[in-house]
Amino acid sequence: MGTLIEWYDFYIFGMLAKTISVQFFPEGNDVAALLSTLAIFAAGFIVRPFGALLFGRLGDLIGRKYTFLLTLVLMGSATFLIGLVPGYKTIGVLAPILVLLLRLIQGLALGGEYGGAATYVAEHAPANKRGLYTSWIQTTATLGLFVALGVILLVKSSMSNEAFDAEWGGWRYPFWLSILLVGVSIYIRMKMKESPLFAKLKHEGKTSVNPLKESFSHKANFKMVLLALFGAVMGQGVIWYTGQFYAQNFLETRVMIEFGQSRTILLWAILFATPFFVFFGWLSDKIGRKWIMLIGMLLGVLFYRPIYQSFLDSVDHTKIEFVDLKVTAKPKIEAVPIGTTNGFVRTITTSYASANGWAYTETVRDTVRQQGDAIVAKPITKYTDRQLPKPVFWKFVWLVFIQIFFVTMVYGPVAAFLVELFPTKIRYTSMSLPYHIGNGVFGGLVPFIGLLLTTSFPADPLVGLWYPIIVASLCFVIGALYLNNKIDPNVND
Amino acid sequence: MNKLKRYAGLVWIIAGPLIFILLLIAAWYNIDSAGKKDINNPVPWVIIIGIFLPIVIGLVIFGWYALKGEYDHLPEDSTEIE
Repeated sequence: MGTLIEWYDFYIFGMLAKTISVQFFPEGNDVAALLSTLAIFAAGFIVRPFGALLFGRLGDLIGRKYTFLLTLVLMGSATFLIGLVPGYKTIGVLAPILVLLLRLIQGLALGGEYGGAATYVAEHAPANKRGLYTSWIQTTATLGLFVALGVILLVKSSMSNEAFDAEWGGWRYPFWLSILLVGVSIYIRMKMKESPLFAKLKHEGKTSVNPLKESFSHKANFKMVLLALFGAVMGQGVIWYTGQFYAQNFLETRVMIEFGQSRTILLWAILFATPFFVFFGWLSDKIGRKWIMLIGMLLGVLFYRPIYQSFLDSVDHTKIEFVDLKVTAKPKIEAVPIGTTNGFVRTITTSYASANGWAYTETVRDTVRQQGDAIVAKPITKYTDRQLPKPVFWKFVWLVFIQIFFVTMVYGPVAAFLVELFPTKIRYTSMSLPYHIGNGVFGGLVPFIGLLLTTSFPADPLVGLWYPIIVASLCFVIGALYLNNKIDPNVND
Repeated sequence: MNKLKRYAGLVWIIAGPLIFILLLIAAWYNIDSAGKKDINNPVPWVIIIGIFLPIVIGLVIFGWYALKGEYDHLPEDSTEIE
């Protein structure tokens, strides 16, 4: 519950990024733009791994229970406070500074949470059910996304866009809700007992004196940290981000599906796929963790391009049969003069709907002469706000579901795999760092490298997929060569 | 199999600096004060290159360990790690 809430808190910021940037990081202000960039990149890339080190160390020194209680309080308070920061219009540059600081605290807390939760559950689980038990922790990242999507959709559908986007509008409600959720989860966690394995070590005085030093300066342990990162978590991170965030972004910015429908597609796909986290966690207890994770990566490598090509083909107007296509609103025509020339750019926006369920807005831009309307440049046509008919909608749900299914294969068993790789006294520290580098850095780079590749090679709309494909392939090779499929029966060491 | 693991270590040792050089080249070509996209902004590049440097060093060390046969046998319990 607590881990789910932490993910919820982390995601709502990203999902409301557009509104948040208008409120706190207005365009045309260089300081605000710099703070905005830092809020996006530093929270994921620097602060998450740093949080893993800081809280991992604490967790190995003072215990799992109190450490992940602390991360939960930090995360919940930071999220709630973001919802209380007045906008840039009211307090000026202080607004983006406060939001950046709170976002960094969120990143720090997230970095500390996962390792603690996974370690805690694994250390309570029977040896033959470690994959099954920890797979429940693995569902929380996706369910956090699900709850964040659901809450935002619910709030948005209950008010107008203006009321939602206002300075003290509906976009703040998901942040405020966090304090309630965190309160419940703190209550639950306070009642929990310390991990029995850690409590035993502490009782015997065998806890680590310096977990950071033991994790990263002892060659025998450091080589396992490297193996975990390059042979498992690096690939897992890119498969996770591609299956959920890249897919959503692609549907909204490339396929141009209307906001509500694109989010609903993701919600259905998550709902259908989530049980497979538990299934693959359970299966990993029977047949080992390695090959389930690696096959998940391989399937992503093989099927990403066909899946995304299928998205594009499904909305290709040259291949669609529109039945009884009608204009639904009077076309809007705008004309903007081009400098001192005698021409102007004309934009015609027309909304259409067909009897077989399609709806879209067509925007045609062309350059015409001032006298008369002879077209002198080839018109550019764009389709936005697409609404899909039922069969195509469910086809898209299926295509996103397949990607999340791959996620469940790589992500379901990974907590048990990481726990078994490291000894109890430095487990929190040792497993947290590779996990957050794999997810925060390799996974978090999916949109940035995607944009980089799309800008460099604009002719291929799927070029952004090469980054997750290459990273997952590399990880597959390293994992297949070096990882062991053996399940460690004893994590009490 | 162990021979393959060791030879592959050379690939990881070479891949590390190669990836880093590619990142530097990409940053050099894309940072543009007139551009409006994230990839034109130097701040993300500084953060990414800064965080990738230790990762790349880690990949080289991983390759070195592989080459030296450190992964021929993986530890089966913590006594082998301590």
